[in-house]
Amino acid sequence: MQHPLTATDERTAEPPAAAAPLLEIDSLHTRFDTADGEVRAVDGVSLTVRAGRTLCVVGESGCGKSIMARSVLQLVEPPGKIVSGSIRWNHGESGPVDTTALEPDGEQIRRIRGNEIGMVFQEPMASLSPMYTIGAQLTEAILLHRDVTPDEARQIGIDLLTQVGIPQPEGRFDAYPFQLSGGMCQRVMIAIALSCDPALLIADEPTTALDVTTQARILDLLKDLQRHNGMAMMFITHDLGVVAEIADDVTVMYLGQAVEHGTVEQIFTTPKHPYTQALLGSLPTLEDTTHRRPLTAIRGMVPHPQNRPTGCPFWTRCDAAIGGVCDVEEPPESPFDNGHRAACHRYSHPDGGGSVPLPAPAVRGHATDRSGRGQAEGAPVLEVRNLTKQYTVSGGMFRRNKGTVHAVSDVSLTIRPGETLGLVGESGCGKTTLGRSIARLVDASSGEVLFRDRDGTQVDLAALRGAALRRYRTRVRVIFQDPFSSLNPRMTVEQIVGEPLRANGMARGSTLTDQVAEMLRKVGIQPEYMSRYPHAFSGGQRQRLNIARALITEPELVIADEPVSALDVSVRAQILNLLSDLQDELGLTYLFISHDLSVVEHVSDRVAVMYMGRIIEEGPADALFGAPQHPYTQALLDAVPIPDPFARPERSSTVPDELPDPMNPPAGCSFHTRCTFADSDHGCSTTLPALTRVDEDHDAACHRSSDLTLQGITRTREIPEAS
Amino acid sequence: MLRYITRRLLILIPTLAAISVVTFIVIQLPPGDYLTTRIAQLSAQGDGSLSAQELERLTQRYGLDQPVYVQYWTWISNILFHGDFGDSFVYGRPVGALLAERLPLTILLSVLTLLFIWAVSFPIGVYSAMRQYSVGDYTFTFFGYLGLAVPNFLIALVLMWVSLQYFGTSVGGLFSPEYRDAPWSMPKFGDLLAHLWIPVVIWGTAGTAANIRVLRANLLDELRKPYVTAARARGMKRGLLTIKYPVRVAMNPFFSTIGWILPGLIAADAITSQVLNLNTTGPLLLDALLAQDMYLAGSVLLISALLVVIGTLISDLALAWLDPRVRLRY
Repeated sequence: MQHPLTATDERTAEPPAAAAPLLEIDSLHTRFDTADGEVRAVDGVSLTVRAGRTLCVVGESGCGKSIMARSVLQLVEPPGKIVSGSIRWNHGESGPVDTTALEPDGEQIRRIRGNEIGMVFQEPMASLSPMYTIGAQLTEAILLHRDVTPDEARQIGIDLLTQVGIPQPEGRFDAYPFQLSGGMCQRVMIAIALSCDPALLIADEPTTALDVTTQARILDLLKDLQRHNGMAMMFITHDLGVVAEIADDVTVMYLGQAVEHGTVEQIFTTPKHPYTQALLGSLPTLEDTTHRRPLTAIRGMVPHPQNRPTGCPFWTRCDAAIGGVCDVEEPPESPFDNGHRAACHRYSHPDGGGSVPLPAPAVRGHATDRSGRGQAEGAPVLEVRNLTKQYTVSGGMFRRNKGTVHAVSDVSLTIRPGETLGLVGESGCGKTTLGRSIARLVDASSGEVLFRDRDGTQVDLAALRGAALRRYRTRVRVIFQDPFSSLNPRMTVEQIVGEPLRANGMARGSTLTDQVAEMLRKVGIQPEYMSRYPHAFSGGQRQRLNIARALITEPELVIADEPVSALDVSVRAQILNLLSDLQDELGLTYLFISHDLSVVEHVSDRVAVMYMGRIIEEGPADALFGAPQHPYTQALLDAVPIPDPFARPERSSTVPDELPDPMNPPAGCSFHTRCTFADSDHGCSTTLPALTRVDEDHDAACHRSSDLTLQGITRTREIPEAS
Repeated sequence: MLRYITRRLLILIPTLAAISVVTFIVIQLPPGDYLTTRIAQLSAQGDGSLSAQELERLTQRYGLDQPVYVQYWTWISNILFHGDFGDSFVYGRPVGALLAERLPLTILLSVLTLLFIWAVSFPIGVYSAMRQYSVGDYTFTFFGYLGLAVPNFLIALVLMWVSLQYFGTSVGGLFSPEYRDAPWSMPKFGDLLAHLWIPVVIWGTAGTAANIRVLRANLLDELRKPYVTAARARGMKRGLLTIKYPVRVAMNPFFSTIGWILPGLIAADAITSQVLNLNTTGPLLLDALLAQDMYLAGSVLLISALLVVIGTLISDLALAWLDPRVRLRY
């Protein structure tokens, strides 16, 4: 396997052995004393962060990554407590210290916090207090650790805001967090973390809550800053694409333990631990799109730390588990080449055989040919014509009418029976509003939503009222994003899943129970659980219930609004597989709304891209991803992190991540303010481009689509072949 | 900002007009009027009844023979154009003079009570949240429930008894007998303070208990917010951090309570005032309603409504000043 090692040369080289690691965590145990017993959130993690390098800590949620990171700065809230282990910080002015031995919230640890180790969190908006301006919070950090006057601190603060790429820093300095976007807030958090020039930056899922374009910009920013000031990073994420893009070293965590350590190349090319292999296998990849293979999901889910299995924590979900060994003893760490280590009995136990058998290739042979499905035959199930939804924005203390937002403007699209139309775009582009207008969860301001009835007649859903509309509520169903808040906690599974039937008088009594049981079986939930309440289920199981509730009325069209974005990688793979199996089984038509391009690419036959309320490109998935016709589509594709460390993008032309004010959309093409190709000769800033045919079944709304050749997906992940 | 305040003040006008109409109607609802009540009283006392002539004279004098809307107009137009609230039937004096005697004391008591509630509930609420489930937290919670559950007049009686039994002082009224008619002096002021704390404590207990619970719950929510961890992660001291960030957010209910605490005491709790022999507007309103003294009752209710509206405006402005989200968002 030969790869052009350009930018990666320096990373693969081992640093001088003499240099002590910046941070050494040695068998750290952090536990929570709860009413139900002790929860071992971090259970013996050892890892090192070396100066100037980036360590990515990866694993599903519930693996103790965040608690481990917080333990470094003693930020674990009671009842959490570090019970044993050491965290050596080898940078302190007073020489190496063990931060676990320092007095909590004492002067010494506070001197390290923010000064020597900076930290960035997952939810940028919530991590800033809404009561103070961002400038006040930034200068607070500067004044805490640096001997400067408030005026100097303000100047340093403005410089920092410039450095992290915030436009008009003087003006933004006095803005409140809720006046900025999530991406901007995360930049502010980074500015705060960097304000005292720390030697280590701990970033806890810093881009998880952000859009893909914003994520790309933040990752670029972090890489730039690191190159500039030589700090080390501990970067916590569950996204292997991000790992591939940013890591030098990787630690894989599972159930509070580190199961594998290695450089990013070692982890991606020769993953040793079955868990690492399974994580890599569950990724939807942007690749040859004519064949769709089911994702190799990891079965089950991360058990709650209280129900930790004996022996190797992973054996309950492991295909390579050795009976009588893995479920009894904890595996020791086995060393491989160049510091690569993994804790698995397959390498250390005499019966292990020294390797992990790769999953049977049959999984990939399953690939369904969908080249023929793109042109699904038959008249469209749904035709949306010139749909517009506008909101009047008013309120605040002064109750003024502030203006009108066109959440959806003049959108037309068609969905043919049996196909999946993917709808992508950044948050705030109107994709959810469009989906909800079609499902009549919101009323469109104008336009038609033509639904084809079984007898072939078209009905305009947008004009239906009362009983007629209720009838169609069983035919067009919605799967919601948040599996936690979309299920009523006071209803049992039977009531939740059966509600659409009961509400529409479609079934009652034992027929209803039978139908619910049948549906539950289809989505992979045991019917015995029918009398349970939603809190007894995990996120993935709740999403299955959500799907069951959507499908129980045997709808023709299902609108899936970000159905997997709240789920972990491995669970996401299970749900995506389930959705596509059900589509084949029940002949469903999907409108699949997502901001995650790799997921959309994986499930969709055709894709529509939305920006500022309009569809700016629509076409078959492979054509659109392979040869995008709109610069915005290209920008989106460009921003997707590819889970291949050898294909690190050099994004020189990334679009700015600031969306225009939706109340004052720019004249002409709404994208021209962020477009690298916009120029006045083509009227980009004056004339609104119409959606025009560029290729067979492929439309784009760009003045320059005919004279631009845009790059699609060229970076693909090589799947290690069985050897 | 100025526009907003002007708007709010303009909204006052229709609000008060509506309230005045409603109060007037409510007062008129019971059968009969002041005179029938008066006659019933007189005959109950065995003083015989008024002569028909006398009755006629009084009816005309009070305008009771006119239709309700005329009575209403006479009342409201006199208030609007002459600042004249009419005469009280019971006291035989102008309502304005009666209110002038009682309102300042009532407002003073209200403001003192509010300050008392804040001063006591703020530190206790913060303590209870910071030391959740500690002995102190449970103790305060216990006394808080006690304060909420025991009726005010009962606390008043207990306090009066304790004070008389152990300190030998009578705490009824606002002044000891020797100062009651004396001119203002330092000793008289001291005497006032010695009496004032009783009603303030009594009225404050329920409000304090409620405020502690609200502040504690709010603060517990806020203490778990990511911005607290983020502030710790940049090296802030815990105490300073807590006051500066979560406590400030959790303080919102303090300001929202201005709206109802100010007017609350004007009409409510006549019983405690009666027990403590305080010249507040509470007993005045009670008497007026019992006697169907409509001008007096109507005026007290109207002023109470005015205070509700003004109190709400003050709390809204205070909230906007305190919380930039209220001020700037949307």
